[in-house]
Amino acid sequence: MNAAAGRVSSFLACLCDSARLMVGVPRYEDYVAHMARTHPEQAPMTYPEFVSNRQAARFGGVKGGGLRCC
Amino acid sequence: MNSSSFKHLPWIAIGTIGLATLAVVATERGEPVNALWVVVASVSTYLIAYRYYSLFIANRVMRLDPDRPTPAVRRNDGLDYVPTNRYVLFGHHFAAIAGAGPLVGPVLAAQMGYLPGMLWILAGVVLAGAVQDFMVLFVSMRRDGRSLGELVRAELGVVPGVIALFGTFMIMVIILAVLALIVVKALAESPWGTFTVAATIPIAIFMGVYMRYVRPGAIGEVSVIGFVLLMLAILGGQWVAADPAWAHAFTFTGTQLCWLLIGYGFIASILPVWLLLAPRDYLSTFLKIGTILGLAIGIVFVAPQLEMPAVTKFIDGTGPVWSGSLFPFLFITIACGAVSGFHSLISSGTTPKLIATETDARFIGYGGMLMESFVAIMALVAASVIHPGVYFTMNSPAAIVGTTPETAAAAVTQMGFPVTAEEIAQTAQDVGETTIISRVGGAPTLAVGMAHIFAAALGGKAMMAFWYHFAILFEALFILTAVDAGTRAGRFMLQDLLGVFVPAMKKTESWASNIIATGLCVAAWGYFLYQGVTDPLGGVNTLWPLFGISNQMLAAVALILCTVVIFRMKRQQYAWVTIVPTIWLVACTLTAGLQKIFHTDPRIGFLAHAQRFQAAVAEGRVLAPARDMAQMHQVIVNDYVDAALAGVFVFVVVAIIFFGIRSCLEAYRSQSWTAREIGGPAVQAAAQ
Repeated sequence: MNAAAGRVSSFLACLCDSARLMVGVPRYEDYVAHMARTHPEQAPMTYPEFVSNRQAARFGGVKGGGLRCC
Repeated sequence: MNSSSFKHLPWIAIGTIGLATLAVVATERGEPVNALWVVVASVSTYLIAYRYYSLFIANRVMRLDPDRPTPAVRRNDGLDYVPTNRYVLFGHHFAAIAGAGPLVGPVLAAQMGYLPGMLWILAGVVLAGAVQDFMVLFVSMRRDGRSLGELVRAELGVVPGVIALFGTFMIMVIILAVLALIVVKALAESPWGTFTVAATIPIAIFMGVYMRYVRPGAIGEVSVIGFVLLMLAILGGQWVAADPAWAHAFTFTGTQLCWLLIGYGFIASILPVWLLLAPRDYLSTFLKIGTILGLAIGIVFVAPQLEMPAVTKFIDGTGPVWSGSLFPFLFITIACGAVSGFHSLISSGTTPKLIATETDARFIGYGGMLMESFVAIMALVAASVIHPGVYFTMNSPAAIVGTTPETAAAAVTQMGFPVTAEEIAQTAQDVGETTIISRVGGAPTLAVGMAHIFAAALGGKAMMAFWYHFAILFEALFILTAVDAGTRAGRFMLQDLLGVFVPAMKKTESWASNIIATGLCVAAWGYFLYQGVTDPLGGVNTLWPLFGISNQMLAAVALILCTVVIFRMKRQQYAWVTIVPTIWLVACTLTAGLQKIFHTDPRIGFLAHAQRFQAAVAEGRVLAPARDMAQMHQVIVNDYVDAALAGVFVFVVVAIIFFGIRSCLEAYRSQSWTAREIGGPAVQAAAQ
């Protein structure tokens, strides 16, 4: 029962991750883990800061993505 | 038989089912075919192609190495480069490649019947489209996720790199114009549709402000609120359309909408992204994915009959929707869904920076394109479930079918697709519109088809008008996002290009530079949009082939790049994997491009059309759509601009072929590997 519930919740988490990445926001947990690993002296961006940072990057230039197919 | 042969048994079964269903679809005559045959034949084809052909490419051609660190692993920064779960990334990649292209092309192609379009979608995706997406993803992944322009410059040289960049900009312009044209054609004289789509602007701004000041970062919550407001906007549209005063306020002609869109594009692309673009992006992305899933479920659940014949008499090129014979124009009309050069920009964009393991590229690149192809198949089904008489009434230019149900019924029945004036009036009433005659551009036809399928599943005929406007909203929403994001991207491209000559233009924080570049970009697509809107043949006839040619041209450029890389990797015995689709695309784009310029039929050739108008000017006559001599001259100028543009596309293809062959020969003569990969075994060895 627990295993099934775990699978359902990890599927839902995967769905939410994918929905967020579709609009250009990668996993925040990965970012925080990366900062803790490589830049422990710096405070990581908060989640809202992280979202607006990704938003600016998505539409912010030639390479910024935001391009979509015809 | 040993155990390793057993694993092929299920695949042999799938292949047999695919062939059998394909045979049914291809040979059934007279009796309407059920859409499920088409779905099963397509899915079987995809499964077999994925299991065998993509694996062959991955193992033999690319030699994907699961142990080789990807850019996401080597350069992990938690932001741009992040190793990502392959299913999560698949969703991201699919959302980026799926757009209006795979929805509209097949609808337009249905004038030749569903079979030619279906066969091209299936053969094209397996051998060309998915190969291109997968190969470009691979090439970019091995080079730190560089963009297509940078890749062409690195592997082919500086000059071809600049040519490819310039070609990309021209494609952007044409795509934006043709997308905007689709919206204009869908909303003209439709107060319900116009109100609903206009309402998305305040809704998006509300979402933007809410996320900025009330609940920062709450993407899910704000999207749910936005979705509810959108549904209310559809209901509000019905009320607006029913009220004479409000209906009048939201009824616009094509030309008025054209100017409104140009103004919108200009303002929207200089506003801060958080205010309008980003929240609109949430709505359009989630609505797009949800509707595509809903359509797939709807088709399987409703299992509609295909009313359109397998093949119509219009394969000879005399069809009213677009002109030109099956070869090359069918292969130009259906671009996305079979092969789309625009994907090479996505495959060399954010996706390669997020791949966790090299072998994931197969699922994401090849698999993602198969999924997009399925969207095209669904669009073809949606266009084919409507009565062919209604299809041709909606998609023929007003110059042919007139503007009343009586003239349209007479003209379409004359074409060989019997339809009555009552049927036409009834369909318009069912979908809550004043008229469905000559609603060209593909979107309204698709919306009628989708309303047909959705209403059969949910709500019946009473809900048809709601579903029709839901489908229009769904298309208009992501097209407007593309117009907005595309204008912004085009502006940055232009600032980059112009910055070479005028350094001040490079300053993206300077208002003057931004406004000039945005204005130039909007003027470029606005010019083609205006020309399309005022064209009596509906504009689609002119712009869609130009779009198709430019898109397939970019695909040819991307495949030539991949061929060069295969040669540089000393894997030239497998170069046919990209050379065969390249030859096909080059044949299609060059034939279509040259026919669009030089064909003697004024319905196809731009120069012949210009000559017809010049002859009339010489005699002092005025031909429709022009109303006076000034407009006559304008039509002639448009024809020369279009011919020159087709000429530019032909030039880009020929130039890239030349540089591609040169690079292939150079790599072939070299004794060793000449591909310029980053982070290969040498880097790993040095790091140890």
